[in-house]
Amino acid sequence: MNHNHPVYTDNDPQSELVTLNLGPTHPATHGVFQNVLQLDGERIVSGVSTIGYIHRAFEKIAEHRPFYQITPLTDRLNYCSSPINNMGWHMTVEKLLNIQLPKRVDYLRVIVMELSRIADHIICNTIIGQDTGATTTFLYLFQFREHIYEIFEEVCGARLTTNIGRIGGFERDFNDIAFAKINKFLKEFPVALREFENLLTRNRIFIDRTAGVAEVTKETALEYSWTGPLLRATGVDYDVRVSDPYSSYQDFDFEVPVGTSGDIYDRYLVRNEEMWQSVRIIEQALEKLKSEPKGIFHADVPEFYLPPKQEVYNNMEALIYHFKIVMGEIDAPKAEVYHAVEGGNGELGFYLINDGGRTPYRLHFRRPSFINYQMFAPMSEGMLLSDAIINMSSMNIIAGELDA
Amino acid sequence: MEETTLNSNILAKLSDKFGDKVTAVSEPYGLLTFATTKDVIVNVLSFLKNDLNFNFLTDITAVHYPGKDHGIAVVYHLHNMVEKVRIRIKVFISEQNPAIPTATTVWKGANWMERETYDFFGVKFEGHPDLRRILNMDDLGVHPMLKQYPLEDPNRVDKKDEFFGR
Repeated sequence: MNHNHPVYTDNDPQSELVTLNLGPTHPATHGVFQNVLQLDGERIVSGVSTIGYIHRAFEKIAEHRPFYQITPLTDRLNYCSSPINNMGWHMTVEKLLNIQLPKRVDYLRVIVMELSRIADHIICNTIIGQDTGATTTFLYLFQFREHIYEIFEEVCGARLTTNIGRIGGFERDFNDIAFAKINKFLKEFPVALREFENLLTRNRIFIDRTAGVAEVTKETALEYSWTGPLLRATGVDYDVRVSDPYSSYQDFDFEVPVGTSGDIYDRYLVRNEEMWQSVRIIEQALEKLKSEPKGIFHADVPEFYLPPKQEVYNNMEALIYHFKIVMGEIDAPKAEVYHAVEGGNGELGFYLINDGGRTPYRLHFRRPSFINYQMFAPMSEGMLLSDAIINMSSMNIIAGELDA
Repeated sequence: MEETTLNSNILAKLSDKFGDKVTAVSEPYGLLTFATTKDVIVNVLSFLKNDLNFNFLTDITAVHYPGKDHGIAVVYHLHNMVEKVRIRIKVFISEQNPAIPTATTVWKGANWMERETYDFFGVKFEGHPDLRRILNMDDLGVHPMLKQYPLEDPNRVDKKDEFFGR
């Protein structure tokens, strides 16, 4: 039973099961996933997931690109929070090259990453609302994703696939409009998020649909290598930002929310609380930026940081470094490095092997959606079809990250 | 410094248990890395999981080193979430007959990671419950991440990348 040989309702006249091809392009799955389900009435008897519909061979392509050209590939993993992927990749290379970033750059990165975490969680939680029948919540909160994209637009010029930052820092400093937009967002978003919570969190219909549905124990979650909000909803307080701090997360005061039962309601609550914590982190970061020297937006590593164009035309060193970086001739150590960041869906890992060539010898992405999703079919067994749909929404499976 | 003592403790326990099966030890960027052989890999993994508290399987992947005796390295990343230690295990296997026992007996989550590794490198995980391709189509016929397969049609002259890549 797979995508080349889809199984339709079997011809056995005795069988009372119905085969349903849920996907690959079904409006309720929010992406290209196929699940061939055997149904007994509305209850799922068994299911087989087929993935790979938007596989783009990023790991192969990455073996043929110099480091700075791999950033756009990472955009397209979890395209709902591209900046986290970009930063994760930059930090992997910086770890390889032993680059220490100034604190101000770290804090700017934290702001960008937390904004994109909010954008990611907005999508997931509003979609849960949408799939349980509460369209209003979706419309209320979703505009704030737009405001976050406007901030990204101000910082890097792009909205969805951001390609934000460079190895060694950012390509340019945040301008005043960007800070004004961040401040405006921090003022308006909590009001809307509170309103969103008022609509859903104590809503009887919503609780009936989500509480106790798709419960997962922490043992099962760890057995299946779950990370991120899904794992935390089961009660394991694992967050890469705390367990293995990167980008100066140790300087920030925030909490890691955990659930108890791992059901859909807990996942919703964990993601909501994470948005509150992200707002807290951004506020702290803005406060910390005030005491940092202005105008620093990259580390002083001319041999690895792409110089501005006007310098390339007027300055010999900049020209040489520009040439070497673009041709992939940087002196990176022959080593292997694993770096993980806390993505919207969990631990996003980059396993990079450099052999001193122009391109990585091997680059592997540990993609949380891919690893989380393998439990979807087994856990759907015995579930109602409508519950399986919101279970999939609450797992926040992003097709780009699933297929790489 | 603290990390180093932690790593050497782990290494000492591993060497006690598996002797000369633990080879090529290194610590790139503080992450303890060693190689072992495929006949003990499942024992190593379960020992790490049950006795040394590496409860979490972060990732399984492979690397191809063409032209070597054992040209495919299967790489496992494990994580001890309590003590916050990661560990990397490599098993070098033959390129002609890439086979290794499955880790699904230790972690169920290894299922798709091994399917992905099989899909891309052709590594046969013996005892795997459902070893099929996962991202590529079933009749692809090759395992595309092996180094002998070029990224694009090598006959194209308009896209010669000898100046830009491998």
